[in-house]
Amino acid sequence: MSKVKTVMQKNSQLIIPLIALLAIVLFNVIRCVVIGNFSFFEIRLTENTNILSGNVINILKDASELAILAMGMTLVTSASRGQDISVGASAAIAGSVFVKILLANPANWGVIIIAILASCVVAMICGAFNGILVSIFKIQPMIATLILYTVGRSIAYWINGGATPTIAKDHPVLYLGGFFPGNPIPTPIFIVIICAIIFVLVLKFTNLGLYTQAVGINEKAAHLNGINPIKMKLLTFIILGVCVALAGVIRVSRLALINHETILLGVEMDAILAVAIGGNSLGGGKFKLSGSIIGAYVIEALTNTLYAMKVASTDVKAYKAIVIILIVVMGSPVVKKHTSRLWSKLFKKKEIPATAGASSSKGGM
Amino acid sequence: MSKNNTVSGRKGREPITDTKLLLTITICVFFAMYVLAMLIWGGGFLKPQQFINLFNDNAYLIILSCGLTIVMISGGIDISVGGVTALVTMCCVVFLNSSGGSILGSLCIALGIGLAFGLVQGLLVAYLDVQPFIVTLAGMFFARGMTTIVNKVPATVTMEAFKALKDMRIEISWLGAQSKGGWIPARIELGAVIALVVVLAVFVILRWTRLGRNIYAVGGNNQSALMLGINVKRTKFYAHLFCGLLAGIAGYTFLLHIGAANPAGDANMAEMKAIASSIIGGTLLTGGVGNIIGTLFGTLTLETIRNIVVTSGLKEPWWQSITYGAMLCFFILLQSVVLARRGKGGLALPKWLNFGKKKSDDESAT
Repeated sequence: MSKVKTVMQKNSQLIIPLIALLAIVLFNVIRCVVIGNFSFFEIRLTENTNILSGNVINILKDASELAILAMGMTLVTSASRGQDISVGASAAIAGSVFVKILLANPANWGVIIIAILASCVVAMICGAFNGILVSIFKIQPMIATLILYTVGRSIAYWINGGATPTIAKDHPVLYLGGFFPGNPIPTPIFIVIICAIIFVLVLKFTNLGLYTQAVGINEKAAHLNGINPIKMKLLTFIILGVCVALAGVIRVSRLALINHETILLGVEMDAILAVAIGGNSLGGGKFKLSGSIIGAYVIEALTNTLYAMKVASTDVKAYKAIVIILIVVMGSPVVKKHTSRLWSKLFKKKEIPATAGASSSKGGM
Repeated sequence: MSKNNTVSGRKGREPITDTKLLLTITICVFFAMYVLAMLIWGGGFLKPQQFINLFNDNAYLIILSCGLTIVMISGGIDISVGGVTALVTMCCVVFLNSSGGSILGSLCIALGIGLAFGLVQGLLVAYLDVQPFIVTLAGMFFARGMTTIVNKVPATVTMEAFKALKDMRIEISWLGAQSKGGWIPARIELGAVIALVVVLAVFVILRWTRLGRNIYAVGGNNQSALMLGINVKRTKFYAHLFCGLLAGIAGYTFLLHIGAANPAGDANMAEMKAIASSIIGGTLLTGGVGNIIGTLFGTLTLETIRNIVVTSGLKEPWWQSITYGAMLCFFILLQSVVLARRGKGGLALPKWLNFGKKKSDDESAT
């Protein structure tokens, strides 16, 4: 019993995103019961092409870019106490470079790997530009990244020469966004899993997580303890750059074309939202990577549910906003304090309510 | 050596505050740029009408920036203003084109929508302690979604009375210019007048009222403001409420200028432009520092850059935003360097880039 309690306390940050995800699933179950049609949860195996399809698979697949970006964004938020709003524009640049190299060379895996590396380097340069502004020039992250946000898509336009180049239908790079032959599960899901494993291993076996949190909580104290805050902030922005490149590559190979105006448009807001829904403070400091990843899937599940309810794609935002407000209000410190007090009053009558309130506010700090 | 200079310099006159320094820089850069444009390109820049058009075309942006400056000084941010502007224009157009449409009613709708957004966002930010970025992000999503729900396609006002109001101009004959058709007087739109009134009102509020001073205090340091007995929550709430109201006014002003609404139009990118204007005007996102006159000049500077890019013949669309970004970068870096030179932030440049300045700082620190 006490073991369960400690696990609960350790992961208390994850309660809100998990409840949100559960609520969306429950809502869909009720909706399906009301309609009398359970096709929303169906996973089909198409016979002649041998691939999986269905809404659940779609949610897992469509959230890939967002999940990858959310992981990088979590680190940046933690260390720099601000967010990068240029990820969409940087992804447009990285994607343009990727397509440019692909189309200029014969279609084989060597070229594809070189193109991915090149787009990674370009996105890392974008990240380093933001990082230098934030760490060395001490500009607030949102303002520093506003520059690339305004310029990025124009640079992508310039790289593409104003056109929207398309990739041939039989190009092997389309496997990255779709399916490898003979494999029924979409490739982006594997890419996300690989990314998550790398992140978890790095956070587990290096001091990256500890140092970013230390810098985010108190920069001066971190500096006095021998951590170089400038280096840490720069590093987080460069890591986000790699994530941006991967997201761009996945999106390009899924659509088989690059449109600099619309590729990953507005994804920066969704990524920041994923971080916030995951229970991480946007003011920096402590973070939980798993929360952000769950947040990304919550957002995608919500969007997909709205689409399934035949809401027009332009109207989705309005409904999304209402759900976001509900989730955020549920996770706000004031509401949390009141609910925990209410909880202890209802179920644990022996415990003194005041201490419960105090401990929860301590956790909030 | 340099240390001695600064010390003796500071003794001689009153120390200039950060706000004033940033404001001076912005105003100087704006006038320098405008004079430079006059000298190089002449033509349109020499006409007074071109200068007045800066106000005519960007009245809504000036009003939005004022609202954002207030929120930013209080330590928050509001990114929903562009969406609110678009929503207000769309609702007003639909209302004016309906059978029962009236100008007074549309004005009420505009102010009501703005106030409603400000009210809800203010409540959530101030009293429920939710992060302002996320709240206003949701506000932006909601406003944009609602805009398309109200009407999916671009619409133009067809009501005659509103058209007459829209075409109303204040003519100043002595400020005109000679052209082929004869003497053309300078024309000021109604929106520009509204914008100037708003700037003046916000200036007075921030400077001489208790609420204005409280906003500065809350943005500068939350804790000490609380200990001084300032109602921090209420101040934050009022800042957001005010910003929402100004967004509503801005939406109506935008409608007065354009006379049409477009769900995918200009107004959607307005929040980032407004934030950039405030930053260039010397407002810090961390709160407590800012000035409304600086914001006004920030907007004018950004739009002058746009004018110069267009006049200088760089017609390709990418040039505009690249120059825009480059100038933004320049201003932001300038501010950072200036503030660091004054010993506020302390620039963390590598050793070989420190021109003797950092050394004296280190010595004084030890």
